[in-house]
Amino acid sequence: MRVKPQPEPWYQMIVQRHTPPRRVWCNCLCAFIGGGLLCSLAQSALFVLMEFGRLTRQEAAPLVLLGVILLTALLTGLGIYDRLGQKAGAGLAVPISGFANSVAASMMEHQSEGLVLGSGCNSFKLAGAVIVFGIVSAFSVTALKGLIRLLLG
Amino acid sequence: MSIRQQGRRTWIFDEPPGIVGTAAVGGPREGRGPLAADFDQVLPDLRAGAASFEQAEQQMEEMAARLAIAKADLTPEQISLMFAGDLINQLTPSNFTARSLGIPYLGLFSACATAVEGLTLAALAASSGVAEQVLVVSGSHTCTAERQFRYPNEYGCQKPPHSQTTATAAGAAVVAAGSGPVAITAVTVGRVCDEHISDPFAMGAAMAPAFADTVQAHLHERGLKAADYDLIVSGDLGRVGQGIACELLQAAGISGGRLEDCGLLLYGDDKQVFAGGSGCGCAAAVGFGHLCRLLREGQLRRILLCATGALLSPLSCQQCESIPAISHAVALERRC
Repeated sequence: MRVKPQPEPWYQMIVQRHTPPRRVWCNCLCAFIGGGLLCSLAQSALFVLMEFGRLTRQEAAPLVLLGVILLTALLTGLGIYDRLGQKAGAGLAVPISGFANSVAASMMEHQSEGLVLGSGCNSFKLAGAVIVFGIVSAFSVTALKGLIRLLLG
Repeated sequence: MSIRQQGRRTWIFDEPPGIVGTAAVGGPREGRGPLAADFDQVLPDLRAGAASFEQAEQQMEEMAARLAIAKADLTPEQISLMFAGDLINQLTPSNFTARSLGIPYLGLFSACATAVEGLTLAALAASSGVAEQVLVVSGSHTCTAERQFRYPNEYGCQKPPHSQTTATAAGAAVVAAGSGPVAITAVTVGRVCDEHISDPFAMGAAMAPAFADTVQAHLHERGLKAADYDLIVSGDLGRVGQGIACELLQAAGISGGRLEDCGLLLYGDDKQVFAGGSGCGCAAAVGFGHLCRLLREGQLRRILLCATGALLSPLSCQQCESIPAISHAVALERRC
């Protein structure tokens, strides 16, 4: 793996003097509030489905996930999500909304190249890595768990 | 020959060619900014009826080119050479503009410094006698550049405060030998400078050394002081890069001049563009639209337009290459 080049210390110092600092605490708070609001909304939907829709938790949970994905895709299409993402940062990127947004945004972006070779081929341009490494890590952890069980009898 | 070399990389035009017609076209955000009055045409929205953003960018370039030619009281058939460039892979917007106009064409790339590179070559072509009237066009579109260099436009990632926004704008100028209210008196060709910045959002920090290098060379080779220019304008260093450039120039013993930046002039205090504007269209629209008007009207007499370009590709960044940058300077003077 190649290492990123670094500027000489003298230039690094000048750059630092003029670069506005990233407001880490403010960003954390915004992420906490933004992500918290989204999760509270999803949790409330889960509660409503279970309480009034008479669904079990196993039945209601996927519906809530689909609802969040639908809402994200809708907000992405309306051009609102990227503005919310700029404010809430990781708060919206970490939940499934981040994944849904990356797929919807990529598909929208490549619309001009056609349905199959444009939107279709590029839909997982950003989210593909999440799927690949998600499956690889899920497989590795499960394999390790099985191996330990086998050894311990 | 009315052109000579002075020092290593400065060319002096003894019978300076001039800019006889200019035009600037802007996007909706640019049209609401402080330079709104300097745009000949403002797009109603980012797509402006085109099938894709790339097509919108091409239309913008073509519009600017046609307007500049018309304002110079010429027709495309009377132009014998065209230099054009943009940020898109294989320069398609410029190529397609050249296809529509049918003018003999040379495509250029030096990222956001393309407009000044074009002006440099146009001045050379006009004063050497190979082309009587030369067209320079350059443009950029925020959505096409975002998509090519960063993420899809609607992707909700958080941009850092030192990032810049690509301008949706195009500028065009017609250069002719020996006439025009704005004269091109000298140019300095840039060197590629690299201070090993690798953050693709830190364009200002990557380009500031190239700007300082070219300004320093220009002033040294011509034996001028910064204060000899009414204004030294950087292409698109943004707020961060301009601060760094000031410090670098001071360290090199250059002070006293008035520095401005096209990326800051274009948007003023607009917080939505973060540290300022960038892109080929930024220096082209501000230089040809705003600054040429100030020169024509006599509000400025002599300026150094020093556009800066970051010569990166998304691939080079992912392969852990640092960001090299270039800056070309052109001295513009009001012809008395």
